[in-house]
Amino acid sequence: MAKLFAVTIVLIAILSAIPVIRNTWHPVPDVSAHGQAIDDQLSDTMWEAGISFLASQILLAWFIWKFSGDRPGEKTTKNFPGGATGLVLAAFILVGVEVFALGIFGAKAWANMYFTQPGADAMPVQVQAGQFAFYFRYPGPDGTFGSIHPDMISEANANFYGLDLDHDPDAKDDIVTAEMAIPVNREIRLLMHSKDVSHSFYVPALRIHQDFVPGLDLQIHFTATKVGRYEIVCSQLCGLGHYNMKAYLDVYSQEDFDNWLKKEAAMQ
Amino acid sequence: MHDMSAHAAAHHGPPTSFIRKHVFSLDHKVIGKQYYGLGLVAVIIGMVLSWLVRLHLGWTNYAIPGLHLLSKNGAPGDVMTPEFYLQLMTMHATFMVFFVLTVAPFAAFGNFFLPIHTGAEDMPFPHFNMMSFWTTFVAFCVMVTSFFVGDGPTLGGWTQYAPLSAIGSVGGPGQGLGVVIWAISIAIFCVGQLFGALNFIPNVLDLRCKGMSMWRLPMPTWAWFITSCMGLTSFSVLMPACILLILDHVAGTSFFVPSNLVINDQLQPHAGGSTLLWQHLFWFFGHPEVYIAIVPGMGIISHVLITNMRKPMLSHRVLVYSMGALAILSYMVYGHHMFVSGMNPFSSLLFSFPTLLITIPSTIIVLILIGSLYGAKLRINAASLFALGFISLFITGGVSGFFLAQPSIQILLHATYFVVAHFHFTMAIAAIFGIFSGTYFWFPKMWGRMMNDKLGQLHFWLTFVGVYCIFMPMHYLGLAGNVRRYQAFVVDYMQPLVGVHQFITIAALFTGAVQFIFLYNLIHSRFWGEPAPDNPWQGTSLEWSIPSPPPHDNFGGRHVVVYHDPYQYGVESSTGDYLMQDSPEQVKNAHDEP
Repeated sequence: MAKLFAVTIVLIAILSAIPVIRNTWHPVPDVSAHGQAIDDQLSDTMWEAGISFLASQILLAWFIWKFSGDRPGEKTTKNFPGGATGLVLAAFILVGVEVFALGIFGAKAWANMYFTQPGADAMPVQVQAGQFAFYFRYPGPDGTFGSIHPDMISEANANFYGLDLDHDPDAKDDIVTAEMAIPVNREIRLLMHSKDVSHSFYVPALRIHQDFVPGLDLQIHFTATKVGRYEIVCSQLCGLGHYNMKAYLDVYSQEDFDNWLKKEAAMQ
Repeated sequence: MHDMSAHAAAHHGPPTSFIRKHVFSLDHKVIGKQYYGLGLVAVIIGMVLSWLVRLHLGWTNYAIPGLHLLSKNGAPGDVMTPEFYLQLMTMHATFMVFFVLTVAPFAAFGNFFLPIHTGAEDMPFPHFNMMSFWTTFVAFCVMVTSFFVGDGPTLGGWTQYAPLSAIGSVGGPGQGLGVVIWAISIAIFCVGQLFGALNFIPNVLDLRCKGMSMWRLPMPTWAWFITSCMGLTSFSVLMPACILLILDHVAGTSFFVPSNLVINDQLQPHAGGSTLLWQHLFWFFGHPEVYIAIVPGMGIISHVLITNMRKPMLSHRVLVYSMGALAILSYMVYGHHMFVSGMNPFSSLLFSFPTLLITIPSTIIVLILIGSLYGAKLRINAASLFALGFISLFITGGVSGFFLAQPSIQILLHATYFVVAHFHFTMAIAAIFGIFSGTYFWFPKMWGRMMNDKLGQLHFWLTFVGVYCIFMPMHYLGLAGNVRRYQAFVVDYMQPLVGVHQFITIAALFTGAVQFIFLYNLIHSRFWGEPAPDNPWQGTSLEWSIPSPPPHDNFGGRHVVVYHDPYQYGVESSTGDYLMQDSPEQVKNAHDEP
């Protein structure tokens, strides 16, 4: 029974590793300027965690195989060579080095994204999250967003941002859309806020994941490097329609983007 | 100290009335069994809820016969609505985390065995101990009522993130009365756990019998002691957080709700609160809670393994120090739940390093457990299989921690099924394997009858393979970006993953059904099992030196004296290859540490 158990553990470990080695399920391909560092970090961690996983399971199985059952002739207790000290040292040195390395390189990948400022020419786009939709806003030709008046927010009147179009000149040319579009290879400065509860802005293809915090304006910046259509989803439980809170992100050439923006402006 | 302490515990005589004996009992053993029963009821509820949510995830429009009986509005025509899915999911997690994973390994086994392990006749404050159980029972009943009042239980997830949890019924079904009931129940639960911790800690510190130094305490008792210290400091944070949440609902306060929120085109009356405050308070409890669930399991499976290996661990003390390190670090790592929450991204890095560091004591524990198998004479039975299974599951859950400790990787994996796989392997399934191992091992002592070991082993095999089939594929779903807490997968890139969900659902239904073998074995053995000898496993710690089941005052009036470290196996004594902890016999190859 012990031997069968040992074989089962090894089989489970190998079967579990096969889809990872074959890359059967993987993140959607990266189309961001900063994403490669994250993917490299994921890959390095997969190697280190994968080897730790297989080695530990196989060692466990081996010892169960080898040391089960009574051995009546053996009167003294055999212990693992080196005892606890060796294993503690191994844990400190092997795992210590491993996590230290992961920590340092991981910190660099994180810092690339969060500890850098957007360039002065980064294009501002605003996103507002609400149950259960995202709305995006472009500042229009004047380059300035109109003020938000929460008391004027009305989905019924399609005034999603609570803009005072009668009195606020900055708001007049603002372009509000239900889908997001950006030009390729242009840095985007995304201004994020929620109008009701916590939500999240998760774009796997762009390697972006940031919660909306009600009461707090947040900002992230990124550059998309490949034209195409991608998906934005909410990953923070926000109510009964959470699963359906999504939007498309279209990455266009600059020319196509300009045309799209003109078309959206005409529809306001 | 020791002589006095033995008398200090003898402050209540054997009960005579039915009520005092079986209901409002002051006996720690009865209270332990009551906690076990509560955990059993809660785990059945939690498991049925998991079946329902898994069925829905596999086949979203499937009509589950009779579901409308649970909620007319939530299941018209027996098909689960999106909100009812979230309500059931929230209740699955709530029952499992609080009323199973906290109650069973810690409060149930701890109550029964901790005083016996320390050589005490009972807990230091038996009335508080009784109140601990009944307070927890009231909390459980309050939580159950949320199914039957208003528009059902809360749908906000067991983490109850504000402001969704604090804005009232405008947030959706269950977000009014459902949240209030949830918060009241959890606040009461915290009081119950504080009563428990206030008994466990002084028992270990002050009621140890003569000769029982701290290092002579068996592994589970060390684990319960460490867990009590964690419970004391973490539940005492969750309780006021829940009270503030209740006040946001009933007193017009705004602790967790900021200004200018607009819901259904209506500007909300709240102003000035902080949504991140809730997350900090919740996770300051929430991460230690992970270890409150898993550390008792580590102690229990160590105890079971040592007895079945017929040799002590490579180092008792290193294991204890490592469990202590987990406990201390658990308060410093909680921010890894909040890497992308919107807190200062520099804080994410600061929380990342202790999170990576906590893998060192975890690795030490795994290596000591595996390394101790070297040279063992391993006995295979249901208890030892579940203990070995615990190690395998803890390794699997542990390595996924490498990913989630890093903020940069959480950009991909946060709030995906990768996280669901990680915490189920560690705090849920490994901890439950600890409960199973403890049950098969201690059942003879608790109820005086043996369990059917063949059925136990069958239960193990089917469960072990089953849980890997359920939770291993969730890692792959997470890698592919499958977000958790979705009731259906309408996002384009997630639609190809539905087949994996269907496989998981079938595995979950199968593995759940297998648990009825355990339930049958438990009930059948309780009444018709073979009578258990006092020491069926040739164990050495104090529970095996007293009758099965133990008498009211544990040691029959004997003032127990301890002469050895707890695990004298592989020795040559007059009893065989082991030496009882309270045996005055001296043997040459004893494993007493100085």
